[in-house]
Amino acid sequence: MEVPTLTVTPDRYLTVRYAGASGDFNPIHIDEEFARSVGLPGKILHGLWMMAQCARAQTQAGGGPASLKRLSVQFRGMGVPEAELTVTSTVRDETDGIAHVDIVVEQNGRAIIRNADADVVVPRDA
Amino acid sequence: MAVKTEAVGKSWPPTTYAVGREKIREFAHATGETDPLCLDLDAARAAGFDDLVAPPMFAVVYGMPALAPAMFDPEVGIDFARLVHGGQQFSWGELVVAGDEITTTATLTDVSERGGNGFYVFETRSLNDRGAEVCTGVWSNVVRAA
Repeated sequence: MEVPTLTVTPDRYLTVRYAGASGDFNPIHIDEEFARSVGLPGKILHGLWMMAQCARAQTQAGGGPASLKRLSVQFRGMGVPEAELTVTSTVRDETDGIAHVDIVVEQNGRAIIRNADADVVVPRDA
Repeated sequence: MAVKTEAVGKSWPPTTYAVGREKIREFAHATGETDPLCLDLDAARAAGFDDLVAPPMFAVVYGMPALAPAMFDPEVGIDFARLVHGGQQFSWGELVVAGDEITTTATLTDVSERGGNGFYVFETRSLNDRGAEVCTGVWSNVVRAA
């Protein structure tokens, strides 16, 4: 199987909606002034939202929410709103109907999620 | 930085989260999920589910109420001002559907120190109300050197 590259550009208020949806209201994600006060460039994306984009790339290729069996990521950089994220997935191998996929998330030319991998059920027609 | 390791192995009381249809929709919209099983009740029912299906990363929503008290426990002693989320793993079992009640237990599985940074690893184990495993999470947190 192949897992197509996913691109997504979070809008300015995405972090507010994700805070509400997830319950993570850490002010570094939703308050520009607070984020700057602790030395960040501004509001940063939730790592777990970025992980959700990794998950979405896999479930779209796998054919639905049941296809993703495992996902592991290392957060290695900060994501910011209003810039495109690219989720690149490479199928390393397939064994017993499960694809092992290596994933990288990049933004502004930097890999912000690395050493990420997933186990995805290979769709019957792939 | 001296890390406290006394709490390794400690588990906190389980929490139960009732999964709501509109919470699934809200989470799906916030994460860009487009799968009809997560958004369209007719599509979910036509596929044999009782209600909307949660996207895999909804594990964050039902896992957090169990994890938060563990992370804030003074016995663990995390300095939140220096906390960063280092890594995350989820393994999924049975799908979560609106109407399910998910019970999650959090355990501190490891505390270590490398290069002055503290590493805290928690595990969450979530079961549905039929006793089936729906998700195991491994949450790796780093407390940066002062």
